[in-house]
Amino acid sequence: MMAGSSKRKLGRGVAIVGAGMSNFGMFPDKDSKDLFAEAFAEMLASVDKGIDPADIQAAWIGNFSNDFFVHQAHWGPIIADVTGIVPRAVTRTEGACASSTLAMRDALMAVASGMYDIVLAGGVEEMSKCTTEEVTEGLALATSPYEGEAGYTFPGVFGALATAYFHKYGAGREHLMNITIKSHENAPLNPKGQFKQTIRDLMEAKKARMAKKGEPVPDWADEKEALFDPSFNPPVAWPMHLFDCCPISDGASCILLVAENLAKNFTDKPIYVVGFGQGSGRGLHACPSLTSFEANRQAAAEAYGMSGLKPKDVQFAEVHDCFSIAELIHVEDLGFFPEGEGYKAIAEGETRREGRMPINTSGGLKCKGHPVGATGTAQMYEVWKQLRGEAGERQIPGRDLYIGATQNLGGTGGTCTFTIFERR
Amino acid sequence: MEERPISDISFRKFLAEEKLMGSKCGKCGKLYVPPRHFCYECGSSQMEWHEMKGEGELAAYTCIFVCPAFMAEEGYGRKNPYCTGVVALSEGLRVVARIEGVDASKPESIKIGMPLKVTFLHRGEGDKAKTYLAFKPA
Ligand SMILES: [Zn+2]
Repeated sequence: MMAGSSKRKLGRGVAIVGAGMSNFGMFPDKDSKDLFAEAFAEMLASVDKGIDPADIQAAWIGNFSNDFFVHQAHWGPIIADVTGIVPRAVTRTEGACASSTLAMRDALMAVASGMYDIVLAGGVEEMSKCTTEEVTEGLALATSPYEGEAGYTFPGVFGALATAYFHKYGAGREHLMNITIKSHENAPLNPKGQFKQTIRDLMEAKKARMAKKGEPVPDWADEKEALFDPSFNPPVAWPMHLFDCCPISDGASCILLVAENLAKNFTDKPIYVVGFGQGSGRGLHACPSLTSFEANRQAAAEAYGMSGLKPKDVQFAEVHDCFSIAELIHVEDLGFFPEGEGYKAIAEGETRREGRMPINTSGGLKCKGHPVGATGTAQMYEVWKQLRGEAGERQIPGRDLYIGATQNLGGTGGTCTFTIFERR
Repeated sequence: MEERPISDISFRKFLAEEKLMGSKCGKCGKLYVPPRHFCYECGSSQMEWHEMKGEGELAAYTCIFVCPAFMAEEGYGRKNPYCTGVVALSEGLRVVARIEGVDASKPESIKIGMPLKVTFLHRGEGDKAKTYLAFKPA
């Protein structure tokens, strides 16, 4: 049993009664304030019985590296100003790509403790105004210092984990492609996502471009044949190729949390936070296993312990697929599939929308986009939509959903969180 | 040299002298590379320097085609990828290090489990001099 896995409780129950998300993508004409305002406006409109912004008592905002990306720090008061929460307290949280889940954790603890009754948690990141090289450098700030010196990039660390997984369990690139193809199948169903095309769509588009240029048109038999073709899917950090990696994105998201006893004042369909866990990790040189994130195991043990639930009770989840291999490791670390078996279950379609355990119905970070500081609460936005039956075309079919979860990873596994939600 | 404080800065100075140094717990004997101030096993802070043999095998690796600026300055990039890996040392711990003497443009030719020995890459001059930990086929 890992440290901290004993049953921990919230001082009082906490519910989500509103959620909003900006469009994700690359927006040269929008800055972080504009993006957050977009998410905040949708959140306000989503509260069924209404909310006066003046009643929001405090907020926590996740942001990883706008200091680097747009040369502006101290985002708490800026967001306070945008949303009208000023002069009340707004605190910025940083946990690399898990920054807004850390914001939500602070908001959760603040309400559970009784300090506040109605609070906002969210996140924002503005990445696309940098060059790809600058973004690569900015993101690499969240690797371990030893990895950076050894020439690792972000995709490089995940590439190394993939080789260890392949070697130990006999999987290969074709198995990671199942994850990419699945995410792209969900993508056209998410109107807020950055990419809305299936791999098939992208193959046809490439063929059309080649034909127009008068160059030989590729004759791929299926998606995997295209994904094995380096002209379609070049290597980035082998075995991670372009289609194993999430894009550079701008975006914002937020949720409104209230004390359980107040929830029905805002909506007849609140979503309760029943389990939360967070862990830390050490990097490739010291982690106990090269096919698992120690921080995930800690986070999962805490969240399952708090909720009294087991992996089989979770009906669907959003997990942090910054790279395809990450999604595979997460679904095993969280107990959805046995260690070394996840890739087989994925090959059988179990994580598709129609499958036994749908993963990343939003399209995941791969297709929805990954404005890093906004990702955690954007994952919660998807679970909120699915649990309330409001996910539109991408609603998980034929299922009465009442338990969903989000897993958010920061850096190369230095921070992991796991949150379990319930509709009662 | 044993007088140097246990720190990453000392670790890097040792690398410049072509020594791969870890810290050894004075109480329970557990080893750490890079060095640690405290022992995870017993909580002791009585750490002393310990020179590693510099032998091991490849535990994981990646071949980088889209590289950071400091590697681009060495001439690496999409047309000239490099390999970096995780090395399982004979003492039973791991380090991350560049892998030299392999063909990074043919990643499948590189094998997990291949025996490796330590090497040190000295780059830059004067204030910019830096030594990188690396391994090559034994
Ligand atoms: Zn000890």
